[in-house]
Amino acid sequence: MDLTWTPDEQAFRAECRTWLEANVPNPPLPSGDTAEGFALHLDWERKLHADRWAVVSWPAEHGGRGASLWQWLIFEEEYYRVGAPQRVTQNGIFLLAPSIYEFGTPAQQDYYLPRMSSGEDLWCQGWSEPNAGSDLAGITSKAVRDDEAGGWRLYGQKTWTTRGAFCTHLFGLFRTDPDSVRHHGLTYLLVPLDAEGVTVRGFGRLDGDEGFAEVFFDGAFVPDGDGDPAAGGVLGDVNGGWGVAMATTSSERGLTLRSPGRFTAAAARLVELYRERGGTVDDPGVRDAVAQAWIDAEAYALYTLSDVTGIVEGRSPGARSSLNKIFWSELDVRLHEASLRLLNGESELTEWAGPDGSSVENPWLKGYQFSLSGPIYAGTNEIQRNIVAERVLGLPRK
Amino acid sequence: MRFAFTQEQLDFADAVSDLLSKECTPTQLRVAWENETGRIPGLWDRLVEMGVVGLLAPEGVGGLAMTELDLVRIAYEAGRVALPEPLSTVTGVVVPALRDHAPTADAERFLTDICAGSSTVALGLSANPLVENAADASMFVLEAPDGLHLVDPDVVELTPEVSVDGSRRVSRVSWTPSSATLMCGADGAGQALDRAATFTAAELCGLADTMLALTTGYVTERKQFGVPIGSFQAIKHHCANALLKVEFAKPLVWRAAYSLSLGDPDASVHASMAKAAASDAADLVGRIAMQCHGGIGYTVEYDLHLYLKRAWALVAQDGSAASHRRKVADAVLG
Repeated sequence: MDLTWTPDEQAFRAECRTWLEANVPNPPLPSGDTAEGFALHLDWERKLHADRWAVVSWPAEHGGRGASLWQWLIFEEEYYRVGAPQRVTQNGIFLLAPSIYEFGTPAQQDYYLPRMSSGEDLWCQGWSEPNAGSDLAGITSKAVRDDEAGGWRLYGQKTWTTRGAFCTHLFGLFRTDPDSVRHHGLTYLLVPLDAEGVTVRGFGRLDGDEGFAEVFFDGAFVPDGDGDPAAGGVLGDVNGGWGVAMATTSSERGLTLRSPGRFTAAAARLVELYRERGGTVDDPGVRDAVAQAWIDAEAYALYTLSDVTGIVEGRSPGARSSLNKIFWSELDVRLHEASLRLLNGESELTEWAGPDGSSVENPWLKGYQFSLSGPIYAGTNEIQRNIVAERVLGLPRK
Repeated sequence: MRFAFTQEQLDFADAVSDLLSKECTPTQLRVAWENETGRIPGLWDRLVEMGVVGLLAPEGVGGLAMTELDLVRIAYEAGRVALPEPLSTVTGVVVPALRDHAPTADAERFLTDICAGSSTVALGLSANPLVENAADASMFVLEAPDGLHLVDPDVVELTPEVSVDGSRRVSRVSWTPSSATLMCGADGAGQALDRAATFTAAELCGLADTMLALTTGYVTERKQFGVPIGSFQAIKHHCANALLKVEFAKPLVWRAAYSLSLGDPDASVHASMAKAAASDAADLVGRIAMQCHGGIGYTVEYDLHLYLKRAWALVAQDGSAASHRRKVADAVLG
């Protein structure tokens, strides 16, 4: 056991810190889930990309710097420590990219990955449907074979698509075998949202931001896998989409989506908030709640170090990534609940005066509302608990 | 960066686990509950032979000169079998306290005896009103406001009490501190509590794992409405919650032992995080285990209570979860 960083890793941290401190937007950007905020976030993403900080763990030819998993953790720690913006490209770079690396053809990798890291293509996830949420295998959106054109025609509807209203591309699961049921006969398709026959309708989330979308397909065309990537295509095998999707969910539930730096930084801000406001709040339990949030963030960081050690040494976390997802999402809710207790009667305010007197968003209320989505997206925590019980503890499915 | 035990550490813990799985079965625990000492006859000697008891003692007195990090995984294995032996207290706390603070001649004599298995020193930290295995102690390490004292049994008055865990033989002790018995100041006493909290936390993780294993085994076998009750989502979610709590306590416990082994200035806060998380985990897992077992768990014929009652006792030893969270709050929040 060695919980210290090598001199190289320390130098990498210093390099991250120097760049981030010099470049991080100040004052912080508004939410990236509005059209205006999204555009500002894209500027930031392009700045990250220009100096090769957008995807540090990717190879240089795809826009990265070939950083190790440890260096990626360090980058993330520094990123959240300095309070840098949320990653509006995350569904592409953290969720789709690992699947493209695992299942994509060389042509797909060479085409999509550099455009993804540069923010040229912006990806959203098309999985949930009005009648297929937790029951993802109940998908009814279909892709009908068009032999003449050499591809697929899409029909159906996806929904609750995060930032769907602002993205350029969608990755999703479609039923390609009309006689199939459940997780058989599904195919993982890559779809440009400007294709004819695709309609995107944005709608407001709980916090009022309109980045959510439903996406309608009415005959939109996607070519076969080895066609022109610019027109979309098939990732992995036809009718083999479930396996590709499950690889993506393990990224989403696991550490690539939610690195511990995010929560240790939030816990550090909560501690600052306690120092400012703790003395004014008539709530004897809040000190304990703040301490617990701090402990939980440490536990998550250490758990991740142990996970990464395992991955580096060739041990896959497998279904245990569901434990990880339950923990970070519920820790995030508890942490923000504690913050609202510290705000006392002001927790309802959506904006307040910032350091320079101008009005800024109340980050704690925003964060609380966002945290409530954590136990729902990426597979509800009820589904995760079933997975833990059946696949980690071995309890009977039926 | 590498957050995992070495193969040597895992092998040592496995060897101890092999011994304990044979020599500390529920049947033998039931014998200990009924006998005079509350301990399993001959087992301490076996641990002495393996070098476990003197793990932290210098080689010159028969120890292995190992560290807290080498011991913590063994303490976890001890917890898994509800080992009714003073491993965490004697090996984990008394030995390093004597090693670091006792006058040289005393240290040499007591450590040699402990490593040889010929004497047992009882430990009384002020966090704990009760002292375990006091009746047959050949020496006491007792905490007073000014620090740790090395106290002769002749001047300690014992009042035996009865623990819910039948293998825990506990007493109240009364004695008068004097400068003649003082071994080290409050810093040394604080360090003793950090070690005690860390190893007890490791035992609690082991107890929690065993209670969960009993539960998953039971709910897979037990049928109601024609199916195993473990197929019901209500039961699955209880079990998943239990695993979640203990799996996220363990890294804090391993880290506390790592920090202690290096003399890290944050070791004390790390020990508090570990004990808070492990106490909460064992508490929750115990309640879930009881609920998922239903009626059978509420009997003394079934084995669950052997682990559950030890967990109840240890959850409250060496500082409760709340007291350790307060220490974390004081350190982090000011």
